[in-house]
Amino acid sequence: MSFIRTKRSVLPGFGLSLGFTLSYLGLIVLIPLSAAFIKAAGMSWADFVSAVASPRVLASYRLSFLASLAAGLVNSFFGLIVAWVLVRYSFPGKRVVDALVDLPFALPTAVAGIALTAIYSKNGWVGQYLEPHGIKVAFTEIGVFMALTFIGLPFVVRTIQPVLSELEPEIEEAAASLGASRWQTITRVILPELMPPLITGFALSFARALGEYGSVVFISGNMPMRTEITPLLIITKLEQYDYHGATAIAVVMLVASFTLLLIINLLQKWSRRYYQV
Amino acid sequence: MASPVANTLSSLTGSTASPRATQDPAWVRWTLTGVALLFLTFFLALPLAAVFAEAFRRGVDAYFSSFADADAIASIRLTLLTALIAVPANLVFGIAAAWAIAKFDFRGKSVLITLIDLPFAVSPVISGLIYVLVFGLQGWWGAWLIEHDLKVIFAVPGIVLATTFVTFPFVARELIPLMQTQGSDEEFTAISLGANGWQTFWHVTVPNIKWGLLYGVILCNARAMGEFGAVSVVSGHIRGETNTMPLHVEILYNEYNFVGAFAVASLLAILAIVTLVLKALVEWRHAQTRGT
Repeated sequence: MSFIRTKRSVLPGFGLSLGFTLSYLGLIVLIPLSAAFIKAAGMSWADFVSAVASPRVLASYRLSFLASLAAGLVNSFFGLIVAWVLVRYSFPGKRVVDALVDLPFALPTAVAGIALTAIYSKNGWVGQYLEPHGIKVAFTEIGVFMALTFIGLPFVVRTIQPVLSELEPEIEEAAASLGASRWQTITRVILPELMPPLITGFALSFARALGEYGSVVFISGNMPMRTEITPLLIITKLEQYDYHGATAIAVVMLVASFTLLLIINLLQKWSRRYYQV
Repeated sequence: MASPVANTLSSLTGSTASPRATQDPAWVRWTLTGVALLFLTFFLALPLAAVFAEAFRRGVDAYFSSFADADAIASIRLTLLTALIAVPANLVFGIAAAWAIAKFDFRGKSVLITLIDLPFAVSPVISGLIYVLVFGLQGWWGAWLIEHDLKVIFAVPGIVLATTFVTFPFVARELIPLMQTQGSDEEFTAISLGANGWQTFWHVTVPNIKWGLLYGVILCNARAMGEFGAVSVVSGHIRGETNTMPLHVEILYNEYNFVGAFAVASLLAILAIVTLVLKALVEWRHAQTRGT
């Protein structure tokens, strides 16, 4: 890849700013990231497979994937309602609620993790009402799902909000004056417009959940084969000085994340084209 | 402003935008608002409140005595130091990247933008792991570092590097779209009136981007101070030396010192609240200066 200027500009600083950008990007991001792939490339195929496909690792993929999927779906449903309420309705304290939506971005994940564990453990605010009914949240798969829902929510709300507030009321008036009921207007006119940001928000929240660590490890209880998420296994391997095993799992996760990133980029392009036309 | 088509349609049907057409019935409004607020209360407000409730469980004295601990103070100091290095570094990078991308045309620009976003797609744990692979004992430069008696992994430099990695895109991704929409006309004018590059940057560009800049820095700082997974891998958890606040929270929690853990956590929660307030203020100022 060559970064050659295609048009001359009177503004100075092209060489300096691009040079600094590329060196910094290379030193902080690209060279360290490539270390993971180079390390994994040095493993034999058999070693690599046994590291990334042992039963314990496979169980963690399953949990990470399913819990992230469930969290993403729940966030899509409630995130859509939250975005709708914040854009379309007014109620006292709306600005505070709107600011609060970003809490999962601002609250350190470890703090969220111990707070959620406190709420859902046996004597916690919510846990004490659930446990007598046989519902255990802390130290089960449900706890993992709860933590992933917490950290993924803002992605869906913040992707839908701008699109929803730019939807012109005229199209709804037009639909209504053509005889559509309010329900028909929403399902046939508004929801199709919101599908691209909704899917993008779901994908962002799902991708974040796959890699999440801090908020999950406290509430999950980390029982092998049951409540271990994939990032935790990387830490476990590192603590056993199994650098190859840790790197192999990391490479599988990186490939999954980069594929998702590619899909999200395509979705965002599609989304932008969709509502500009 | 109504579009001509909608005007024609509503005049044909004889109704000028009746509220029924664009508004939901009251019961729908109430139900949806109720569902949204209930969901946010359970998932967001409750955890935040729980941090403070647990921190003050044994009273105000127990809360404040948690901060008399030397290790707690060392962790606060390390967290501040880490943010003080990582945030300015990424700020300078963000400005340089946005200047190159927004002010000039070159091939490979969209690839560069994607690469800048890359750290957001990487799991925090992997963000720490890659630095272990480069600087760790068995890593690329491990032997060289030992020869020169330098420590990166299980020491402060590793913590700073991992934090810089996870907060890498924050400032750049705020500034790039902002500077792209603003264009370069004002800079062209300044240059043609005889200003040099730095004068143009300080007196024309910076005033235009200051709110976006501040916004990026606030978010970058919150993440830098709160990062857990990446720092956890490279820190080595040496009390009083390589424990940041989030790591200290974990250690106290695992020792069943819940009041201590939640007391330190409450400081981080206050940081989160301050971040949200500042963020809302900046958004409000930004909307005002744009006159919307």
